[in-house]
Amino acid sequence: MSAQLLKLSALNAWYGESHVLHGVDAHVNQGDVVTLLGRNGAGRTTTLRSVLGLVGRRAGSVMINGCEAIGLAPHRIARLGVGYCPEERGIYSSLSTEENLMLPPLLGPGGMPVDEIYAMFPNLEKRRGSRGTHLSGGEQQMLALARILRSGAKLLLLDEISEGLAPVIMQALSRTIQKLKEKGYTIVMVEQNFRFAAPLADRFYIMERGRIVEGFAAAELQGRMAMLHEFLGV
Amino acid sequence: MSEIFGIPVAVILGQLTLGLVNGSFYALLSLGLAVIFGLMGVVNFAHGAFYTLGAFAALLGLQYFGINYWAALLLAPLAVGIVGIIVERLFLRHLYRLDPLYGLLLTFGLALIVEGSLHQVFGASGESYPVPDSLAGVLNLHFMFLPLYRAWVIVASVVVCFGTWFVIERTSLGATLRAATENAPLLQAFGVNVPILKAATYGGGVALAALAGVLASPVVLVNSHMGTSLVIVVFAVVVIGGMGSILGAIVTGLALGVIEGFTKVIYPEASNIVVFIIMALVLMIRPAGLFGKE
Repeated sequence: MSAQLLKLSALNAWYGESHVLHGVDAHVNQGDVVTLLGRNGAGRTTTLRSVLGLVGRRAGSVMINGCEAIGLAPHRIARLGVGYCPEERGIYSSLSTEENLMLPPLLGPGGMPVDEIYAMFPNLEKRRGSRGTHLSGGEQQMLALARILRSGAKLLLLDEISEGLAPVIMQALSRTIQKLKEKGYTIVMVEQNFRFAAPLADRFYIMERGRIVEGFAAAELQGRMAMLHEFLGV
Repeated sequence: MSEIFGIPVAVILGQLTLGLVNGSFYALLSLGLAVIFGLMGVVNFAHGAFYTLGAFAALLGLQYFGINYWAALLLAPLAVGIVGIIVERLFLRHLYRLDPLYGLLLTFGLALIVEGSLHQVFGASGESYPVPDSLAGVLNLHFMFLPLYRAWVIVASVVVCFGTWFVIERTSLGATLRAATENAPLLQAFGVNVPILKAATYGGGVALAALAGVLASPVVLVNSHMGTSLVIVVFAVVVIGGMGSILGAIVTGLALGVIEGFTKVIYPEASNIVVFIIMALVLMIRPAGLFGKE
């Protein structure tokens, strides 16, 4: 189970002229939940976007499930089994909830059946005819997550999914991530909310100025709290 | 027969019906423009040239290969659509990251090349396409005699326009197109081949223009400049309806044809400019267009 599903080596990324990632090295084992921590602007979102090729230019290596993805177009990278949940959630306002859910094409076998998705997120079934952006913030977040589960993605890139949610919604989301972990999904999360991320993650990376400055397993968390305070102020 | 403002009702109804025929062409053409602009951000100035190409494809197909009207209705848009896809792959796709002005200039240049070449080869006089036998009759509407072919133009355009609207608004392919219009990079990150989707959309949009060209070929003179004057009115239609609005393009196209027809009855001198007067008024009151968002 310790095969590396995602491996970033010397990953550099640019938006136009600005050089944002300066040689990111990280790996994510199959079935793990990995959290990228760091301040705003440290390069965590850019790291996720670079995996999918959604930056201006990138260099280095992105290995996904043994395939080199650095030269591939975003839709080809997605077809390696990658699901992306952007920070702004990316719910389409001209599409209904159900159309949003059905939008991503199937990337491979093993996508979650729609019945199971509706069982997991009953609100989405109730509101399937509503415009995607008429849902509450929590429902939109569930929708953004649900639609990549249906596509059969096995590697989920989740950007700040707990942001702006009420505590009770956040707890529900946390249980959902826990369930996905039990089902064998591999998850990379960018989280500002340390309390949300800490109980879920198997491994942490800390980013600073476009680089990984520290990586450690969940078991080492207690011994690293002083350092986390220093980097994040948590 | 009764009169309104001293004009016989039959004359008014007759002009409105003929206006609807013109409106059908406006609707078909502005629909394609709106779809292309919505998804690709390209102001397709070559739209009139593709309309002309559709008419020429039908005419030459008949003269050289004996392809009949009904087959041309299918084959000409298909051929022109393929030309559109080639144009997108070769030229347009390199311009998406630039200002929309570049796409406008490129397509404007293309239009000049196409129209100039047709002029060079076929001259300026033009020819008309024979009305197919099965549509050669005349319909008695009691207030007027409407050539059956013109009635067919209205029916065919309305069916194609609302068919296109249905595909875009009510099917999963349409949902993908709408999503691409709203946020294409994210859609591509979900695994959709957005570059191919854009090429196909451009091909589909210009195929609609070519279809309008085939439909028009028996009622106008097929010549190299038939699209030039029409496309200017069609751009005004799109501006009035709102760039990128599908239903807006259809409804505005039909409505402006009717308004133009009505103007021909009450003040013929203004019939060529009424569309532009309405455009100016709409731009002052609702810059995003009647059906546009913002």
